[in-house]
Amino acid sequence: MSPDRLATLSDQLVLAAILLYLAAMIGYALELAFGRVTETVKERRLVAVGGPSDDLPEPAPAPEPASWAPKAGLVGTAAMWLGWAANVGGTLTRGLAVDRWPWGNMYEFVVAMLLAAVTVFLLLQVRYPVRFLGAFVGVVAAIGLGFAVRVLYTQAGPVVPALDSYWVAIHVTAAVAASGLFIVGGVAAALFLIRKEGPSRLPSRADLERVAHRVIVIAFPIWTFAVISGALWADKAWGRYWGWDPKEVWAFITWVAYAAYLHARATAGWKGKAAMIVSLIAFACLMFNLVGVNIFIGGLHSYADVNN
Amino acid sequence: MTLTDEEKTTGTGPAGLGVVGWLRWGWRVLTSMRTALILLFLLALASVPGSLYPQRGVDPGAVARYFQNDPTKAEWLDRFSLFDVFTSPWFAAIYLLLFLSLIGCVLPRTMVHLKEIRRTPPPAPRNLARLPHHADIEGDLASAEAYLRSKRWRVTTGDGWVSAEKGHLRETGNLLFHVALLVLLVAVGVGGLFGYRGNVLVVEGDGFANTVAAYDRYLPGSQVSPEDLQPFSFTLKDFQATYIGPGHEKQGQPLDYYAKLAVQDSPTSPEREVTLRVNEPLEADGALTYLIGHGYAPTFRITGGDGKVAFEGAVPCLVNNTSTYESECVIKVPDAAPEQLAFLGRFLPSTVPNGKDWLSIFPGAANPTVQIWPFKGDLGLDEGIPQSVYDLGGHQNLKPLGQMTESPKPMAVGDVADLPEGAGKIEFTGVKEWITLQTTYDPGRFPALLASGAAILGLLLSLLIHRRRVWVRVRDGGVTVGGLTRTEGGDFGEEFAELTKALEHHARAEVKDVS
Repeated sequence: MSPDRLATLSDQLVLAAILLYLAAMIGYALELAFGRVTETVKERRLVAVGGPSDDLPEPAPAPEPASWAPKAGLVGTAAMWLGWAANVGGTLTRGLAVDRWPWGNMYEFVVAMLLAAVTVFLLLQVRYPVRFLGAFVGVVAAIGLGFAVRVLYTQAGPVVPALDSYWVAIHVTAAVAASGLFIVGGVAAALFLIRKEGPSRLPSRADLERVAHRVIVIAFPIWTFAVISGALWADKAWGRYWGWDPKEVWAFITWVAYAAYLHARATAGWKGKAAMIVSLIAFACLMFNLVGVNIFIGGLHSYADVNN
Repeated sequence: MTLTDEEKTTGTGPAGLGVVGWLRWGWRVLTSMRTALILLFLLALASVPGSLYPQRGVDPGAVARYFQNDPTKAEWLDRFSLFDVFTSPWFAAIYLLLFLSLIGCVLPRTMVHLKEIRRTPPPAPRNLARLPHHADIEGDLASAEAYLRSKRWRVTTGDGWVSAEKGHLRETGNLLFHVALLVLLVAVGVGGLFGYRGNVLVVEGDGFANTVAAYDRYLPGSQVSPEDLQPFSFTLKDFQATYIGPGHEKQGQPLDYYAKLAVQDSPTSPEREVTLRVNEPLEADGALTYLIGHGYAPTFRITGGDGKVAFEGAVPCLVNNTSTYESECVIKVPDAAPEQLAFLGRFLPSTVPNGKDWLSIFPGAANPTVQIWPFKGDLGLDEGIPQSVYDLGGHQNLKPLGQMTESPKPMAVGDVADLPEGAGKIEFTGVKEWITLQTTYDPGRFPALLASGAAILGLLLSLLIHRRRVWVRVRDGGVTVGGLTRTEGGDFGEEFAELTKALEHHARAEVKDVS
């Protein structure tokens, strides 16, 4: 196929991914809204036996669940996988169309980052009972992709010489992977804050906290690696490994904020809610680094290539 | 990281303890986790203005513009070092306190950890069924001990029990990570003290020798003397840039550029050819030279009113627009007689007419022309006030030559123009390109890299490994296994289940071997 046809196909696949993620979101949401409240008992498997969730009060007797609710969940899962496939296809065809790594500008980065987030969710779902996250990851992915297509879109094409380097494969891939994980962590942390104590259709706060912590613990070393590989690349490209360019500053702030979260979690008086809030602040820093720095501040990393 | 909070109090200070007591209290507060946490927040917060205000170390030109646009505000910002956030005293105060807090925590924890490593695992609790993980298995103590030892658990045995422990690497990794951060800070500091950075602009055909005088901008560390500079030199043979052609949304975006250099590592060494690219710097003796930017340098031959050639050479022009490379040139001809001459020029690499004006539509030099505005008078070079070679501003003694027009007809290469009032003539002889280079020497680079690698390794160990203990006890003829993870968030259940299965399996296998 010609590069132009591939680029068009990529755009169409990304649009398909948006619709499928929306469908997945609806399916998951229906299951969550009309399914069994007592599902939380099953979710407890996530917590070590004898963990804190054993002390939770038993959920109040729930209204009879709709018989079709589990099916809606299955439809959601199927749509999520299909959307994931479309997302993979979109990124892959984009890469083939431009003959380089398909995360060379902000549009491509956001598409790849959301792909990473959905991948993380789907992998988690295979191993752990985290279907409840589906509705929220689905909506984040759909809105994020929509934002990318509407605001960040840029025609497929080559990148500036500074970006034409094998470091894209290392540095940006790590940033994509870490961001995807952080998104799932952010969703879990937000649910933690939304959820009140007591019975709910969402799993217990302890479970939500565990999901958030687990993905952040994996993401943090990857993010550290992304920052360090960025420094290595900067050393090759700009003649210094660290120069306090705005993007570097915010990568550093994000790193420090997530480090603060990990410390907060181990500090008396900060466990639980406070630590979750810190993780959300860190997540906000990550998002600001992605959107804010590229669009409002600029600097050497201003490769967003966004048409204003 | 720090000692556990239970051992610390950050409440009110002790009363009447004297100087030593207060120092001790201060140290305890400083090294407490809560203080470390607050310092981390402060560090993040303090970095924010560094991204909002232009920084001298990053973009000194932007700082100068800020001063021009809003001098009062700029002065106040400067008073709080907001243009030098990352070298400011308050930023240093935060990270030094943080690292002090870190040292105060790493040292005692290292001591504790060394002791822990040498200690044998604690004896088995009486009732293993009370542990979070426990199971009754078929087996015996000897095979359990053998199995655990074969899987690299630390094992001790006692009367009717086996005790095993694993996962000290978690704390080792944790300490390694934090020590690596300290080393990283030192490496950055060493780089700042013993390294240097210099920028220079070189026109095609010209050379450069690595000396302080040759740089346009030179920023040495405080421990660097001019003799320390690596004695390399080079000549810029050629520079080539390619751009995306017409018909694409990104027309004019650079695709690739490279500079061909003939390099000598020292005055006596043989010449070598080096191709400099954006991500491929030149290395000479540990100093790295990077291709930072490029532009055009049209060449001129200028003759004074007396008929003598007063200037011949290339004039590097500042790029006004990076998508068309429309550039601004200033030519000063102090040697012109009877009166000194000066020119403002506008260089257009790919010229097309546009109504009464001309403009450049592409960064490549497809149809290079230059528009010239001539001046004569006193350049004021003898007044001893330093001038920029890139502007004519402030020369009250310069008078425009002839009728000044908004957009004079551009000259093509080879064109000669007679100046009004018999002041001489100017010939546009050709187009060269210039590049800007940055040379950096940073002896802290490699240590910083090693420290970063160690930090990642330590981080992975400390986040992914969990410290866990397992006990096997014979009681009332049955064998019970109990397990416990010492770290919160460790998912020991699965591993424990697998372990009990493996222990049973191992015991059965041994029985088979015996029979």
